[in-house]
Amino acid sequence: MLAIRDLNVHYGGIHALRGINIDVPDGKIISLIGANGAGKSTTLKSIMGLVPKTDGHVYWDDTEITSFKTKDIVGEGIILCPEGRRIFPDLTVDENIAAGAYLRKDKAEIARDRDWVYELFPRIAERTWQLGATLSGGEQQMLAVARALMSKPKLLMLDEPSLGLAPLVIKDIFAVIQKIKADGVNILLIEQNAKAALDISDYAYVLETGVITMAGPGKALLGDERVQAAYLGE
Amino acid sequence: MGFIHTWLPYILAGIAVGGQYALIAIGYTMVYGILRLINFAHGDVFMWSGLIMVYLITILPLWASVILVILFAIVLGTTIEKVAYRPLRSAPRMSIMISAIGVSYLLQNFALYITGGLTKTYPTIAWLQKTVQIGSATTKMVTVITPILTIVLVFLLVMLIKHTKIGMAMRAVSRDFETSSLMGIDINRVITVTFVIGCGLAAIGSVLYFSNYTGIQPMSGAMPGLKAFVAAVFGGIGSVPGAVVGAFIIGVCENIIKGTGWTTFSDAFTFVLLIVILMVKPTGLFGEKNIDKV
Repeated sequence: MLAIRDLNVHYGGIHALRGINIDVPDGKIISLIGANGAGKSTTLKSIMGLVPKTDGHVYWDDTEITSFKTKDIVGEGIILCPEGRRIFPDLTVDENIAAGAYLRKDKAEIARDRDWVYELFPRIAERTWQLGATLSGGEQQMLAVARALMSKPKLLMLDEPSLGLAPLVIKDIFAVIQKIKADGVNILLIEQNAKAALDISDYAYVLETGVITMAGPGKALLGDERVQAAYLGE
Repeated sequence: MGFIHTWLPYILAGIAVGGQYALIAIGYTMVYGILRLINFAHGDVFMWSGLIMVYLITILPLWASVILVILFAIVLGTTIEKVAYRPLRSAPRMSIMISAIGVSYLLQNFALYITGGLTKTYPTIAWLQKTVQIGSATTKMVTVITPILTIVLVFLLVMLIKHTKIGMAMRAVSRDFETSSLMGIDINRVITVTFVIGCGLAAIGSVLYFSNYTGIQPMSGAMPGLKAFVAAVFGGIGSVPGAVVGAFIIGVCENIIKGTGWTTFSDAFTFVLLIVILMVKPTGLFGEKNIDKV
């Protein structure tokens, strides 16, 4: 379980996160919704140690990982699938997949997980020798999720996995996210597509300009008038 | 036959010099590929490798001196990166470049202090100076060894970059620092490895290069360093094969110009070439089309 306590982050001269608290219990999909610039990506980046924290704590089970280096956080089983996919363009699909398993040494298991992610995403399995840059947007997103899964994460954090994708592809990706959860991976999901995110979330937080303004089970937030007005366009 | 008879010695010398430039140019191109930094101190690491050889050979056998020279260059290069470049990594790119120029002057002036400005005699390596007959041309062993050694080392390097885990990490880091570290790749380690390879090859190049000259002084690294830099730009900076091809072309052209009696202009040729490339095809022969990170 991941626990974020009173996290404060200053980013580019702005007080981007003002003391937020988030729990990601085992076996759940937790989502974080909010408008552009609310601090969603900053939250994930600061968990990963990419953005320095001003104050607050991050706990992973019984370990405090607040000041861990990024690679050590990855080593703990936490992985971020970044916004905009960020596929390595001049690495092949297979090499991108291998990059996800960079810290692992168990060759036999890596091979097994490679087969597993190709099974989850048959469309990229047909393109193992293609360069990352030659894939379509949807395929790149699938590759990004597959690459993240290769680290054998206990917590998978996804930053806007639906951004810029066709509705059918979004459906595919969200179906896979639920499958991954069923395999015992905890998920922290960031989405602007609040409807899709809340639909599959066990619990969700609403972030507004660096403050959590609402929290509750996904279905409950879906029915909440304020959420509907602000994020669901109803 | 007459044509080959006349030009063969120049072409051979050109290939040899080209190999030496290539060994230096790889350091420029790899560091640029990963840090987007033109490491102006690289030519001076090359010069220092030569200078250290002068001192080591007086107390140690040749093989031990060569190994220590390579180790020295590696330690010097990685220390420069840690002290002068790493703290500036998130600073504007101009700052780190100015820092590189500063390190270059520091190394030159420190060499001036150590040598007292006198030209030091580079040791004669008998085996490299042996005469060899190639076709109609008589030349030295170093002329034969340089291109062969260069090709072998470049082949090994390309294999390392293409087929090993650290090579894959280098390619990933050269495109995207942030995502690479999100995969658990240790960026600092990848950068250190890059400097180890670049400086190690420059040290090997220095043994081959300076054995062709009798003396070495604090500015001895400047000209070969600049030419290797032009070779890297010509080949497409960031590309290892590009730098090697560029270096061989520059080496051969220079020597052919010398053969025509225009020796004075052989250096000028290289820099005219630099200007022409930058105007006509700034990405070089094998350069990335999109040099700025997206």
